[in-house]
Amino acid sequence: MLPAIINVTLTGQNRATDIIPNMDPSKQIPYLIMSGILVILVLLGISMMSKVRLAVKGNLLGSLSMALAIGLTLWAFDIFSVVDLWIAMLIGTLLGLVLSRKVTMLQMPQMVGLLNGFGGAASMIAGALTLINPGNNDPFSLVTAGLAIFVGSLTFTGSVIAAGKLQQIFTQKPVILKNHQFWTVLSAVLGLVTVFLFLLPAYSSGIAKIVLILVCAVISGIFGIFFAIRIGGADMPIAISLLNSLSGVAGSIAGLAISDPLLVAVGGVVGASGLLLTQIMCRAMNRKLVDILLGKTSTPAATKAATVSGDEDAATPAEEEADEERSDNYLDWLREAKRVIIVPGYGMALSQAQEQVKQLADMLEAKDIEIDFAIHPVAGRMPGHMNVLLAEVDIPYDKLREMEEVNDDFVQTDVAIIIGANDVVNPAANTAVDTPIYGMPILKVEDAKHIIIMNFDDKPGYAGVDNPLYKAKKSKVALLFGDAKESLEKIRSDLS
Amino acid sequence: MSTIQIVLVVTFVVSAFVGYKIIDRVPSLLHTPLMSGMNAFSGVTILGCLAATAATGTLGEPGVNWPARIFGYIAIILAMINVAGGFGVTDRMLRMFHGEEHDGGKK
Repeated sequence: MLPAIINVTLTGQNRATDIIPNMDPSKQIPYLIMSGILVILVLLGISMMSKVRLAVKGNLLGSLSMALAIGLTLWAFDIFSVVDLWIAMLIGTLLGLVLSRKVTMLQMPQMVGLLNGFGGAASMIAGALTLINPGNNDPFSLVTAGLAIFVGSLTFTGSVIAAGKLQQIFTQKPVILKNHQFWTVLSAVLGLVTVFLFLLPAYSSGIAKIVLILVCAVISGIFGIFFAIRIGGADMPIAISLLNSLSGVAGSIAGLAISDPLLVAVGGVVGASGLLLTQIMCRAMNRKLVDILLGKTSTPAATKAATVSGDEDAATPAEEEADEERSDNYLDWLREAKRVIIVPGYGMALSQAQEQVKQLADMLEAKDIEIDFAIHPVAGRMPGHMNVLLAEVDIPYDKLREMEEVNDDFVQTDVAIIIGANDVVNPAANTAVDTPIYGMPILKVEDAKHIIIMNFDDKPGYAGVDNPLYKAKKSKVALLFGDAKESLEKIRSDLS
Repeated sequence: MSTIQIVLVVTFVVSAFVGYKIIDRVPSLLHTPLMSGMNAFSGVTILGCLAATAATGTLGEPGVNWPARIFGYIAIILAMINVAGGFGVTDRMLRMFHGEEHDGGKK
């Protein structure tokens, strides 16, 4: 497969001497060869990043090949000594590095979202500049430049909305406007129509062209907004991943517009692998990508479930005493346990309880209890979110076990401790047809002998479906409501 | 379509295929870092931004399209934030992952 890319590049250069417009002919062949090598380096970096032990080096290799790619481009287009480009790059690099040091692991999903948006915006501007700059008048360049604006703009607005939702600047609930579907499709179609209008001579120059660029960017941006505001909670990891893929596609299309094979290749790789990652996640949630794109989350179920649990709140004061009684059982469960599985969720992230989780795990391990962490593929707000948070507090990654691997072990587990997770352990996923989580593979905590649930309250999780575990027998399930950090501290001090 | 355009389209298809194959089985442990790494790579659009910004004219000579060039600066800055920020956070995250055997060494 890898040689295929080189072959493509080589056959290309054999046929014509002037392959890339605006480039010194004597530099084109070295440029294409170097591009081929860099693409291989990028692929190598990405494949190293999918293995735990090589990942850090893979990332370094990736950043190195990116630096080389920038150097190569500057050299090939004879713009190495253009000072203002360097100043702009320096500013961007500094801002990016500061941002990457400041961000907390909790904020990682919105950080990735925001960076996606920046990449999309950059591709959009690159597309617009290609249209404005003289000398790009063939239909292929015009349409691809227009497409770069379309995809770049929708990636930008979609990512900003997604990041804003994750940062809780906007509501996290799906926002569905009247005729939402219609407006979404309309803005998508109009956006694409403007892309092809660039072919018309009427828009080939002057103000008309600039106005069309702006109209195209705005309509595509509106499409991105319609797309993103409808996505809520549980689907967010998938949306972020999809936007990630789109930002690669946007770059690739910009590469088509300015005839840069290196940009096309790397953008294509990112776009496709991002799409695959999105699919892996869809599989983990048993959702179809198309359904998510069309916003098929059954929100009515959410409101219904919420009111049901609200009613119950009011009706339970009589049971308070029983609650007290049961709240001590779990200490005995833990004292007698041989095997414990901890299931972290977004609640752990929100209460920043990773350190306390680690302390409890250490304490239990010191009592010769076998500890594992069961990580649902979509726990948290982005794929792999829990792994990053737990790794931050030095929990070895071989203790973090994937769902398929750990699910059969729950039967032999004495206590499952759930920390701020809800939807991913909700057995209703197996039975409650017509809810957003129906059919989603879950962690089978119900198989464990005992379950300790630490959640902020008894409200349903993000997907808005009541969790039957909350109503299970008290001899099996203990409920600790409140801040996860405090609940964990309490368990620890009670146990010691 | 000219030769280069055919080459470009083929490059796109081939690289998309390779990209699709290359991460076929990633442990979910690495989903976040891999995604943010991919995210950094998507900043490769910087190459387009540089070429397109330079094409707005030559500094010190008449005929520079200044409004376009300023947009170009913005694009370069955004793309570099994407690249540097992406690789930066990915590195930070990946360095947190370590197996039991390194446990004592860090922290």
